[in-house]
Amino acid sequence: MKYRVLYFASLRDRAGMDVEQVESFATDARGLYSELRARHGFTMGEERLRVAVNGAFAQWAQTLHEGDEVVFLPPVSGG
Amino acid sequence: MGVFHISAEPIDAAALARSLAHARAGACVTFEGWVRDHNDGRAVHRLDYQAYAPLAQSEGERIIKEAGEKFAIVEACCVHRVGSLAIGDLAVWVGVSSAHRGAAFDACRYIIDEVKLRVPIWKNEHYAGGESGWLHPDNTPVV
Repeated sequence: MKYRVLYFASLRDRAGMDVEQVESFATDARGLYSELRARHGFTMGEERLRVAVNGAFAQWAQTLHEGDEVVFLPPVSGG
Repeated sequence: MGVFHISAEPIDAAALARSLAHARAGACVTFEGWVRDHNDGRAVHRLDYQAYAPLAQSEGERIIKEAGEKFAIVEACCVHRVGSLAIGDLAVWVGVSSAHRGAAFDACRYIIDEVKLRVPIWKNEHYAGGESGWLHPDNTPVV
């Protein structure tokens, strides 16, 4: 399936891009992150991140669908 | 009641404060978060903020709505900057009006605390010497 993955903060620096079209066999956010972590060498484990799908917070086990926008959110630091 | 914005432009605090005025309001509390020149013992030259805008917007609106449910307030507003900011720039502004001061203080504190914890915005500090680093909500480095 194809997903649109957005990167922010330290993940953006590590991936070297802010958005990526990903073709993957992963069917949930956990599987997709595991694949991308291996590809880009992300050091943060999923316990440090939150997930958003199509602009809303989601669960790691949430089933993904063709064309979903997926974001792995590093610890936030606004303010 | 309630406004939240992510802004790539400088924040006009005076205009925002005027927007809180209401005949029922007898108190107005505002908070300004400024870019300071140091953090965790290091000299800071400037900051960059990134936001995941759609989720930052909806989560910010949710926080303002929660403040309205928890505290007896009249108006509430929060604006957070994104982009490159210099020392002394206004990074985040929160304002609340209410009939009496207690609710305005409490709601203002609630909004800034929750924004820092929950809204997908990231601060990258640029240090003297050219290094930079992303921070956690407690301002410790992301490693």
